[in-house]
Amino acid sequence: MRFLLGFGSCGIASGADSVLEGLNEVLENTEYSVEKVGCNGLCFNEPIVEIIDDDGNSTLYGRLNKESGKHLAECVLKGELPEENKFTQEELNFLNSQKRIVLSGCGKVNPESIESYISAGGYNAFKKALNMGSDKIIEEIKISGLRGRGGAGFPTHFKWQSAKNSVSDEKYVVCNADEGDPGAFMDRAVLEGDPHRVLEGMMIAGIAIGASQGIIYVRAEYPLAVKRLQLAINELREKKLLGENILNSGFSFDFSIMMGAGAFVCGEETALLASLGGNRGMPVTKPPFPAQKGFRKQPTNINNVETFANVSWIIENGGSAFSAMGTENSKGTKVFALAGRVKRGGLVEVPMGITIEKIVFDICGGIINDADVKAVQMGGPSGGCIPKDMLDTPIDYESIAKTGAIMGSGGMVVMDENTCMVDMAKFFMDFTSKESCGKCVPCRIGTTRMLEILERIVNGEGVESDIDTLTELGESIKVGTLCGLGNSAPNPVLTTIKYFKDEYSAHINEKKCPAKKCSALISYNIDAELCKGCSLCSKKCPNNAISGEIKKPFMINAELCIRCGQCIAGCKFGAIKIESGVMQ
Amino acid sequence: MSCELKTEIKNIISEFNNPEESLIAILQNVQNLVGYISEDAVKCITELTGISSSKILGVASFYAGFRLKPIGKYRIMVCMGTACHVNGGERVADTIRRALNIEAGDVTEDGLFSWEEVACLGCCSISPAMMINDTAYGKLTSEKVVEILDSIRKEEATK
Repeated sequence: MRFLLGFGSCGIASGADSVLEGLNEVLENTEYSVEKVGCNGLCFNEPIVEIIDDDGNSTLYGRLNKESGKHLAECVLKGELPEENKFTQEELNFLNSQKRIVLSGCGKVNPESIESYISAGGYNAFKKALNMGSDKIIEEIKISGLRGRGGAGFPTHFKWQSAKNSVSDEKYVVCNADEGDPGAFMDRAVLEGDPHRVLEGMMIAGIAIGASQGIIYVRAEYPLAVKRLQLAINELREKKLLGENILNSGFSFDFSIMMGAGAFVCGEETALLASLGGNRGMPVTKPPFPAQKGFRKQPTNINNVETFANVSWIIENGGSAFSAMGTENSKGTKVFALAGRVKRGGLVEVPMGITIEKIVFDICGGIINDADVKAVQMGGPSGGCIPKDMLDTPIDYESIAKTGAIMGSGGMVVMDENTCMVDMAKFFMDFTSKESCGKCVPCRIGTTRMLEILERIVNGEGVESDIDTLTELGESIKVGTLCGLGNSAPNPVLTTIKYFKDEYSAHINEKKCPAKKCSALISYNIDAELCKGCSLCSKKCPNNAISGEIKKPFMINAELCIRCGQCIAGCKFGAIKIESGVMQ
Repeated sequence: MSCELKTEIKNIISEFNNPEESLIAILQNVQNLVGYISEDAVKCITELTGISSSKILGVASFYAGFRLKPIGKYRIMVCMGTACHVNGGERVADTIRRALNIEAGDVTEDGLFSWEEVACLGCCSISPAMMINDTAYGKLTSEKVVEILDSIRKEEATK
């Protein structure tokens, strides 16, 4: 019998610590102990405990606390599997309809124990790769059709081949773990939940290109990932799987970790290299490509976390097993981080070619409160919003690009009728204008001007020509900038204008926000028939805008109301309504 | 002109073979020590490594992770990522602004709290979220935020 407790950031934030206490109270002085595992992607049900019996049958329990955790452990010790907190069949479908390669270890292996990874078959691929040698490894990656999972989708074998072809005694393998897209948390889950899988992929890349140094550039905002990576590296060193002449193969390799300091643009290869060198992370023109002249001016291969996490599976199972999944030009699986207005948010790994609709509805259970889906945002600040009637678009690099969005690193934010698309566009433009490194004028000044226009529109001060100006500015930024950040920064605005132009018009011409989100364009009113006069709303109001007599309908003073929504959250009778348009 | 933290900063720098290349890591360690990148610390690094203060400040001001102002004992980071935005992250920020009565980037008078808006914390599935020092808090409501702040205050009062 094994007790696996999800101990990723999401589990800890949901109270995994107290569940652990509860379990330990019961399991103390028994032969059992709790194994801490990473996030299994079922974030919507955290904290989660998985019970695995001696025959390997697994039962999942979710939304536990100290008491229910204790109760669960007591039952299990008595040989019972209680019904309380057990996953429903529908919730289990979330897992069962996925195909897990990158996430196969997340929630299964103990991320703080190399033994756990090895007993699940870990480092077999590395040993196999040592015997295969460089050419065969690259050939296998080529057959697999693996493309970069960071967003751009560049063929991985091509990068490896060029780094291999560059002649030098000193080469580097760099893992881009600076996951910066707001709305994306795939890489964090893998680093926290199965760090060895990433390290193994990097070591295999090291054999392939002839590098002896691996560098992981990881966000400082992911302290748990940093800690577990460091632990994993220490364990590898102790096992002599790192260092000089590993397993007498003649191959030497070691890792170092560098913590990023918070710059989205550092996701761009050349900016990342500048940052590794201790400089401001500003992109430079290519060529020379990093494969020729990268870190310390030496040949460097940079891939993202998810790309590396696929490598060991490909080496073990063969490139053709990988390319058997997916579509003609997009092979294998892709991990998505589902968030926003979706019922079951979390991590989903699916074969390429599945439609967006299937992910949102079949796997993730649809929209909260069964509301209508409006759009799905893919690719974060570089991506775009895909409207409802295009959700049958299959997941592959080219089909997604045709919609105006991009595959991106895997963030998928689901939006319902309460999400304002102009506000969304403003949100992303605010992000990119702050993150622009400032090197190219069209990006530095253009994104700021676009943001100002969007701010005007949501404040009800938009003018007729704004949509044209936004489009024109957007198109010029796309062609007038050096790096991927600038090239793609206008995408969220351009796609929302393309698919949701009437929302822009409503803001500009009618001074209304159809989603009832933009605070300058809505008003709060109390429905006198529904209001019981309980005064709860006036107590909640932070600005004393609500007044009235007990047991008589209350009133909101529109001038004092700051539209914070606290009164709505507090009203038990649903008497407070938001209306689109400002009260005259 | 000498700086106050010379010994401590010298220890930090001595851990790196190539201070120029490791400038970001050095600044991160200095920030952990001092709480922010102080003028004094910049002076020290320049004296000890020869890296110009303009280069140091250029790097420090480029990255969102570096602060040029002090922080509170409890540093609150309110997530402004997409999922949090959709699920009401701004309300969380607003609640904190009111509860602490300071603007983003400032410190409360007792030095206990400072708060800032940050890019995605990667806790999207439990949005809206915030982090206080190294702990993440999720599924926040205004009430929950106030409760968390109160419990920290209480804990501090008993110390």
